[in-house]
Amino acid sequence: MDFGQLATNVLTEMLGPTAIAYALAAIGLNIHFGLTGLINMGQAGFMLLGAYGFAISTIQGAPVWLAFLVAVAAAVVFALLLGLPTLKLRGDYLAIVTIAAAEIVRMIGRSTALTEVTGGAEGLTGNSFKATFQDASPFPDDRWTLGPITLATNASNSWWLRIVGWGLVLLACLFVWRLVRSPWGRVLKGIREDEDAVRALGKNVYGYKLQALVLGGIFGALGGVVFVLASSVQADSLGRPVTFNTWTILLLGGAATVLGPVLGSLLFWAALVFVRGFLRGVIPPDTLSVQQIEQIGWVLVGLTLMALIVFRPQGILGDKKELAINAR
Amino acid sequence: MRAVACRDRSVALRRGAGGLLLTLLTALSTLGVVGPAHAATAPCSPDDATACLNVTVTVPGTGPAAGVGLTVAGQGAAPVQVTTDDAGKASVALTAAGDYTVTVDEATLPAGTTLKDPAANPATVTVALGRAAGRIVQVLPPGADGAVEASPTDDTGATATPDDADAAGGEAEAGAEAESSAEASAAPGTNRYAQLLLAGTVFGLLLALASLGANLIYGTTGLSNFAHGELVTLGGMVAFLAVQRAHLPLWLAIILATAAGALLGWFLNRFLFRPLRRRGVGITQQMIVTIGLSLALVSAYLFFFSAQPRPVVSGISQRMQLGPVQISAQSLVSVSIAVAVLALVAFVLARTRTGRATRAVSDNPALAAATGIKVESVISQVWVVSAALASLGGVLLSLYLNTTRFNFGSTLLLLMFAAITLGGLGSPLGAVIGALVIGLVVELSTLVLPNDMRYASALVILILVLLVRPQGILGRAERIG
Amino acid sequence: MPVDEVVQQARRDLAPVPRVPGAPKADALLVADGVRRSFGGVNAVDVEHLEVQRHVITALIGPNGAGKTTFFNLMTGFDKPDAGRWDFDGTSLAGVTASRVAKTGMVRTFQLTKALARMTVLDNMRLGARSQPGEGLFTALVKPLWAPREREITDKAMSLLERFKLDTKKDDFAGELSGGQRKLLEMARALMSDPTLVMLDEPMAGVNPALTQSLLGHITDLRDTGTTVLFVEHDMHMVRHISDWVVVMAQGRVVAEGPPSEVMADQAVIDAYLGAHHDMDLGDDALLDEGGVIDAEADAEAAAEVPTPTEEKAP
Repeated sequence: MDFGQLATNVLTEMLGPTAIAYALAAIGLNIHFGLTGLINMGQAGFMLLGAYGFAISTIQGAPVWLAFLVAVAAAVVFALLLGLPTLKLRGDYLAIVTIAAAEIVRMIGRSTALTEVTGGAEGLTGNSFKATFQDASPFPDDRWTLGPITLATNASNSWWLRIVGWGLVLLACLFVWRLVRSPWGRVLKGIREDEDAVRALGKNVYGYKLQALVLGGIFGALGGVVFVLASSVQADSLGRPVTFNTWTILLLGGAATVLGPVLGSLLFWAALVFVRGFLRGVIPPDTLSVQQIEQIGWVLVGLTLMALIVFRPQGILGDKKELAINAR
Repeated sequence: MRAVACRDRSVALRRGAGGLLLTLLTALSTLGVVGPAHAATAPCSPDDATACLNVTVTVPGTGPAAGVGLTVAGQGAAPVQVTTDDAGKASVALTAAGDYTVTVDEATLPAGTTLKDPAANPATVTVALGRAAGRIVQVLPPGADGAVEASPTDDTGATATPDDADAAGGEAEAGAEAESSAEASAAPGTNRYAQLLLAGTVFGLLLALASLGANLIYGTTGLSNFAHGELVTLGGMVAFLAVQRAHLPLWLAIILATAAGALLGWFLNRFLFRPLRRRGVGITQQMIVTIGLSLALVSAYLFFFSAQPRPVVSGISQRMQLGPVQISAQSLVSVSIAVAVLALVAFVLARTRTGRATRAVSDNPALAAATGIKVESVISQVWVVSAALASLGGVLLSLYLNTTRFNFGSTLLLLMFAAITLGGLGSPLGAVIGALVIGLVVELSTLVLPNDMRYASALVILILVLLVRPQGILGRAERIG
Repeated sequence: MPVDEVVQQARRDLAPVPRVPGAPKADALLVADGVRRSFGGVNAVDVEHLEVQRHVITALIGPNGAGKTTFFNLMTGFDKPDAGRWDFDGTSLAGVTASRVAKTGMVRTFQLTKALARMTVLDNMRLGARSQPGEGLFTALVKPLWAPREREITDKAMSLLERFKLDTKKDDFAGELSGGQRKLLEMARALMSDPTLVMLDEPMAGVNPALTQSLLGHITDLRDTGTTVLFVEHDMHMVRHISDWVVVMAQGRVVAEGPPSEVMADQAVIDAYLGAHHDMDLGDDALLDEGGVIDAEADAEAAAEVPTPTEEKAP
């Protein structure tokens, strides 16, 4: 059992594009759920639309900044389509409509009917849309080593992607930090607690909920772009489980906190890679296959999510006192 | 792959080989799962100095073929010999990008089987560093020669399925999207519309049975149970074990599966949800617990049963002609059981003391408690019945769709949610009507939409209905003040 | 004219008003006409005509199910009537969303207190203030744009909290307050926007009797500082004690109105209450403590208080 290698793997995954993508998606979900109380069960749909928006517009020849804008615009349109009709309804309708809409996006994306645009179930290969992003890098094409991690500077799963990704996470955190402490954030929290009370105080609850849905969706879309820049756009890789993982990450770190989603994502991926690597190291391969070990990891994720709600619903960074108050 | 299957489908339709279509569709779903679902589990993981070539050998309808010898050669490297594992997969790590040839050793194929497309052996696959490339080799079971003629020889679908190992994220969900039944196909002597109507009705009734429980739980506790799909899978899996492993008769398997569901339902309520309610955990939080439960269960199923299809009954049931339509004996029995059980549940809800208590709790738990109804015991009964119904529905659906799989229930979950939301949350009759609507939409949408968008069409209908009538078809508008 | 004289004048104006349902008032702030709302064929509210006098305290009483809360919901945009129109301070409010109704100066509280539990008392108060530049998404990002206004409303919130004796609790979560303190907080929060009309839905329900007196004081203070008050109440002592005018509803209709002493002796009122005898609340607080059935009713009403799914249009 090579613990040095295991530690390196854990570190690589923790700081890698997947963790970044999930952190961004969880920051978005935090705006939805942690601040506003909206139950968005389709965050993966926002990610997938962002990914498609970026990849398809790049393939059509758009420069990298425009591709990012298209990704954001796709999320905005999706949020408006979902929000305009459902945000007037009771909360659980939003949950059902978002999960259904995310599945619709995925099914359409993987459908044979759109193979020419989305690549069908096979998706769009990374090389078809990564070039503009990689060309935007100021670094020479090289391989750099930092501590135990050696990566290409620009290609695919690179330092460049990590720098841009963590930069986005940092900006998102600053943004949320500013908003949470503003009167705007106060209205959202009020809506989370009791939207009728806020309505009775003369605030346009519907408009605020829509703003929150759009804003959180934009972060989801950015997460989706980071996610696919390290691999490829494949509808099935951004399905329902991605939404569920994002929820686990948010609740693990602590909903309604600024850094909770980021911490949650770091820990989630570190723990998952550690558990898999550790089990692989201690269990002889003829007892359990690699696939089965992988599944043990996911069973643990599910159990963690349940245990969190039961034993530490405020997450790691959450305020115990705040949660002890039963809102309704 | 799907493009091929669709083309195959039209050929098959013309030739009237309904059974063949079924085989192909099952193959289709098999392939879907073997692709991305296992992407993250491939023993070879590509990084920027390594490429992976993953080859999967499957026999449509029965599953992966293990022990098939493959040779991978190219780019000046020495040829690598590998053998497929139990999942029909073999993986080769390569360090140089370029074209490689993959040769299947036909002598190692399972007895009596042949390559579906001998012309594509050896085949050329292009790999790039940092990526996984895949190739799926289809093998035909004995006596399926017709398929060779039916399938186009330019079988592009069987090459290069992207198998991206970066697609991590517990993607235990892919594939099995277009699970379809023989009932939905039109054999000679059948009217296509009538056949689809029948298929939709059958599917709707079975879906109603499976989703009714979720609606009862929602009605009495307000909980949207995201693990309901796993209760459905449980039924299919227990029946599979009973019939295929313990060699019990089917009727006994159905009873066992129902009992297993009831037991799990009681267990979940007693040791998970009742304590949560006692602690005053909010309904949103409880819903997230069900999500965790669903994730844990679906991964556990995958752990124990792998991603292969687990048909409860092997072979294809004989279909009989009824006027302009055909139906298999299996489906007929399934539907009869479903209708009988639905009628029984309706009777219990309407006429018995227990049923009235349940409805009272659904209406207003506080008021019910005040009038002396033991709310907790009603909820416990509802969990038992609900999970038993889901499990029974799971067995019957698996008979109808002719297979089960670890994620069988979770792919149906959204359709079940759609059914109960459409019918009106908390209204049992609404769930049945909603499920029928969903069943019909799913099957009839294939008239105008590609087959793989049929579930999407049902979800679109759901959203549209909610916009017009948020309370669902039978739901009550909420009273205020 | 000083405020107290205005109030005295308004109360004097009520003296000659005829004691019949729908009587016209000298200076009506809220006027409802033909407002009807039915649930499943039952008329929950069927108000032919009603006027609420400015600058006085008007009580709305009636047996359970008389439609008082529904009437509140209709007036404040939390529910939509099947028919009817109503004017507030000369502007028609029919079809106006709840948040806009509040912006016109008609602010309500709820029967089941809606303190925003996981927010501090001070934040609850600040939320009540109007015209806050920081409540826009983009202005919120630039603190200098909203910091001055924030200081103003914080000062105002603190002085109101002092008045309601909640200033020491300003940094506590609202969920930690007692039931009575939450009622006070909700009332104080409603005052942050300087409303013209405050509509209180059962301000006494669930309040510790020790706090009753100070709550009553606060309500009369409201009137004496120029705010018009309309409240729904079961507690007859309270109604008799502080209201200037009483409107009685039964089965959705206004059956009587007049000064408290006269209305309480009115045969129609007694009949209305006796008609629903088991619901009659003689103002005995002990009844509220019996739990059981009453809690169940409160829950039932709470459940029913959820607003209709469609109530606000796009901004």
